[in-house]
Amino acid sequence: MLNPISVAFKKAKQENRPALLTYTVAGDSSKKQSLDILKSISKNADILEVGVPHNTPVADGSQIQTSAYRAIKNGIKVNDIFKIVKDFKKFDKNKPVILMGYYNMIFQYDENKFLNKCKLSGVNGLIVVDLPWPENKNFAKKCKKKSIYFIQLLSPTTTKIRLKKIIKDSDPMNYFISMLSTTGGKLKVSPKEIIKNYIKIKKINPKKKVVIGFGITEKTIGKLKSADGLVVGSAICKEISKSLKHRQNPVTNVSKLVKKLKNKIL
Amino acid sequence: MKLKKGIPVIDQGNKLGFWGGKFGGNFVPETLKKPIEDLEVLFNKLKKDKEFIQERDRYFKNWIGVPTRFIKLENLTRHVGGAQIWSKVVSDANGGAHKVYNATVHCLLAKRSGKKVIIGDTGAGYAGKMLSMAAKKFGLKCKIFMGAKDIARQQPNVKAMKKNGAEVVPVYSGSQTLVDAVSECMRFWVANCDTTAMCVGSTVGPAVFVRICGWSTSQISRELKVQLIDEFGSIPKKLKLYNCVGGGSSSFGFWNEFMDYDKKKCEFIGVEAGGPAKSKKHAAPLTYGSKIGILHGAAQYVNQNSDGQIEETESISAGLDYPGISPLHCFLKDTKRARYTAASDEQALNAYKLVTKFEKLRPSLEPSHAFAVAIAESKKLSKDTIVVVNSCGDAYKDRGILEKRLGKKYVKSN
Repeated sequence: MLNPISVAFKKAKQENRPALLTYTVAGDSSKKQSLDILKSISKNADILEVGVPHNTPVADGSQIQTSAYRAIKNGIKVNDIFKIVKDFKKFDKNKPVILMGYYNMIFQYDENKFLNKCKLSGVNGLIVVDLPWPENKNFAKKCKKKSIYFIQLLSPTTTKIRLKKIIKDSDPMNYFISMLSTTGGKLKVSPKEIIKNYIKIKKINPKKKVVIGFGITEKTIGKLKSADGLVVGSAICKEISKSLKHRQNPVTNVSKLVKKLKNKIL
Repeated sequence: MKLKKGIPVIDQGNKLGFWGGKFGGNFVPETLKKPIEDLEVLFNKLKKDKEFIQERDRYFKNWIGVPTRFIKLENLTRHVGGAQIWSKVVSDANGGAHKVYNATVHCLLAKRSGKKVIIGDTGAGYAGKMLSMAAKKFGLKCKIFMGAKDIARQQPNVKAMKKNGAEVVPVYSGSQTLVDAVSECMRFWVANCDTTAMCVGSTVGPAVFVRICGWSTSQISRELKVQLIDEFGSIPKKLKLYNCVGGGSSSFGFWNEFMDYDKKKCEFIGVEAGGPAKSKKHAAPLTYGSKIGILHGAAQYVNQNSDGQIEETESISAGLDYPGISPLHCFLKDTKRARYTAASDEQALNAYKLVTKFEKLRPSLEPSHAFAVAIAESKKLSKDTIVVVNSCGDAYKDRGILEKRLGKKYVKSN
């Protein structure tokens, strides 16, 4: 059976648009609310990235940090995250879900147990921010055995030789970090430049899907739509923070935002 | 797991940067892979380059002012009535602490790589103060990340950094201490690694930073070895080296040259911060058996909960207030080369009182932890045992805390 992530890319391609990937932090601002957000955005998002909050995140900007600290403060545990995914899958079983987080959380849970739990709850892919290639080779192999995509990160600093090696080892989906930045930074290179770099990566192996993330907002998403997929994270986390501040319902606001994002790439 | 003889410990890691196969490594975002690799190539080349070493030694001698003193604490020895207590007064170094060695080397490396800006983290403020000082000396722009809680409690060092022209960036996330400062500094580097050099303030972080720092602070033991031979004719047969351990930069540097000696002849004792006597929080992952985990790019023993969230620490000493510990020390612990224990806030304060009462020496709160254990153990040791405590920082930065905890009479300068 084809991984639902690949199905989602296929569908987007048929509709002649990039796949829309959203990132929200599990447990932000509560377990129930984060589940409700996933349910409400699944209509417009093609792939859902669910953040596993960590309290020493070395690659996240302030928006995602705020969401993660809020979730941790409200008591989220790794097991709760699996439960959220499982409950979501009962609601929409074909929608692909990717967990994204830092390696210590997996290491403490135990790699094998973590992957078993992923399988049982319906996780389709993993992004581990601080487990780069080649350090991730063993873990990526374990993922493959479970038919879970291990998504490799590629950055503007990744050398060409390294790009080739990583892509050779990679699963069908890779993640290109648009610029030198933590998540949610202001786009400091032009979308044109990003697409140029993206094309270089695509040329190495056109069959493998490449999504672009970091710094993508409502304003910039439209200019990047030639990519296989686009990830919006910080802008959504910011929307949750803003809603809470103004005592509005984050579920409705995030749902509206994702709909707008989708309209920009149609 | 075995310590090899004849090979510097900093070079005993495997290809992926793991000591003993499991401590250290490079758990970093993809963006940092290239800058870290570049730094590795540069450092590996320069540490074998005679000219570079001469340049380093020149700055160490003329600017840092090495060697620092090695003195006998006669009055304290008499009072304690056991082993001979000596001190290596590393706080003599320019700026008042051992952090100056690492800061200088990082600035030299930054110059060689053509970077114009250098960033660093700081807890007690010493790493930041020294980096700002060295950056000024070498004409680099400098930015220091410091937890908001530490900014409040280590004002003298904050002022010094600003005076040196550095920008001090307060970090408000998490516990607002060193752990958050290091995270924020790494995040800044992720976003600016093309133009900026990063200095990690201790023997922590991705493997190359652990190695550079250990290589730099080893100056301390190089000097001590010569000084011991000068004083005793040879390395004493019963030698005990006490050092506080936060990230572990001063202790590693204090021990490095003695690594190959039999531990029965030359014992290493690392003293971690046990925190307030009444609190369950501490900054002593080795003493209290914390589990191995990943923090700031390296696998190490680290205070964390069962989920893998890093736990908050508590210590009177900002420089030791860190939930993790250098991979080098994890390696020295598991190979049983060094012994680790902890001193509480109160024990450190009492040691500070005792040392300053008997000697013209004002160890900061960090080495006061080491003095606490050294004094307690010296009582039971024979008179021919040579106890050396690394007084790696000066108490000037702690005067606010000392005044509050001990009263005004303990903060007057001497």
